[in-house]
Amino acid sequence: MTATEELRMPVARTCPFSQPEQYVRMREASALTRVQIPGGKEAWVASRHEEARQILGDRRFSSDRFLPNFPFLAEGGAAILTNAKQKAMIGMDAPEHGEARREVLGEFTVKRVEAMRPRIQEIVDGLIDELLAGPKPADLVEKLSLPVPSLVICELLGVPYADHDYFQQRTMALIRRSTTVEDRKKASEELREYLSGLVSAKEKDPTDDLLGRQIVKRRDQGNYDHDAMIGLAFLLLVAGHETTANMISLGTIGLLENPGQRATIEADPGKTLLAVEELLRYFTIVEGATARVATEDVEIGGVTIKAGEGVLVLGYAANWDPDVFESPEKLDLERGARHHVAFGFGPHQCLGQNLARMELQIVFDTLFRRVPTLKSVLPVDEIPVKEDATIFGLYQLPVTW
Amino acid sequence: MKIIADTGKCVGAGQCVLTEPALFDQSEEDGTVIVLNDTPDGELVEKAREAVNICPSQALSLEE
Ligand code: SF4
Repeated sequence: MTATEELRMPVARTCPFSQPEQYVRMREASALTRVQIPGGKEAWVASRHEEARQILGDRRFSSDRFLPNFPFLAEGGAAILTNAKQKAMIGMDAPEHGEARREVLGEFTVKRVEAMRPRIQEIVDGLIDELLAGPKPADLVEKLSLPVPSLVICELLGVPYADHDYFQQRTMALIRRSTTVEDRKKASEELREYLSGLVSAKEKDPTDDLLGRQIVKRRDQGNYDHDAMIGLAFLLLVAGHETTANMISLGTIGLLENPGQRATIEADPGKTLLAVEELLRYFTIVEGATARVATEDVEIGGVTIKAGEGVLVLGYAANWDPDVFESPEKLDLERGARHHVAFGFGPHQCLGQNLARMELQIVFDTLFRRVPTLKSVLPVDEIPVKEDATIFGLYQLPVTW
Repeated sequence: MKIIADTGKCVGAGQCVLTEPALFDQSEEDGTVIVLNDTPDGELVEKAREAVNICPSQALSLEE
């Protein structure tokens, strides 16, 4: 790999079942690789599991998206972060980050999430009732993948689901690399304006939902801040949507394509939770959120990352590191490998991970139990994948049964 | 063997609770780890090791 042309990020992901050639070559060549990124900049890419975990767990690497060399995979970068006051915790460092995270962590503990199980099951059953009552073929993305996490996060946050078209369209514009900088900025501003209105309404009348509870709690503590609440709502709404939705679509196609594997969880739903871990590892949909900037010179993986240089931690490559996951290209639902970095690693590891796990577990168990004859209308290579999005997934998944 | 938890480092990911709810819980207040049994034996020893390996924040360690 000498030609710089080959060392450009992002790389389009065209097939859900195979890793881009460049990732394989980078990982084989060295732990850290210098690449070109949009905006005529350079950054390091960490493509092995060991160094990926080291970097994400090392506080000498900053998540501050306003730092000059923060590596963005889409043009525009911090330009879409219209208001520094509404900075969400994804872009904070210690100690500010830990404080912000602890404010809401209580809402996402394993127990709290478990308490939501009956309601999530009800949501999934309702949507599958509608799917089965409707015409065939149907688009699973529209009928199930999107509405499940959308309904769940709306109820949790206290955002009216009736508005979901409004924020789904803007979320999609935000994560599409092909969206112009202007349009991405506009989508971000509109979403923030919408959330500002919602937060203002809850300030007057705090409802019993995550945002309402946070307002009450922070007021009691004397640290309430309207902008911080918008930052939080923005992060949770966007993160709660696209990620789980894409994992539902990809997981479904993964299970449809591997009927032998699927049989293991159909025979024993007790195995679904571990199967979900494997699907998370296998598809690793988030590539761009785990970017950092070194705040001092750091020796890692045989190189020195200099203070101020950006690093992209390529979780998808790390999760297919053959030194850590045997035959990584094989979907093995009984692999039992929970040390993947699909949710990231270190202090920023996904806040909603246990909610996501449970949604996926319920969806796959329920979908294949209730629609055992489910099949994809299109062959895998014709299913439209999100080549141009910072969060990988499927645009559509036409199914019949 | 003794499980040591550093709640200052804990980021409340709950991976330990998922690994073994008999050993770990999370505070309702701020989601940080609560060790329910810090001297595991039998099968729980392996579970404790897995939790230490999987914890994203190096908040857990073992004193052998
Ligand atoms: S896995 Fe680690 S970070 Fe997560 S709750 Fe347990 S101790 Fe805390």
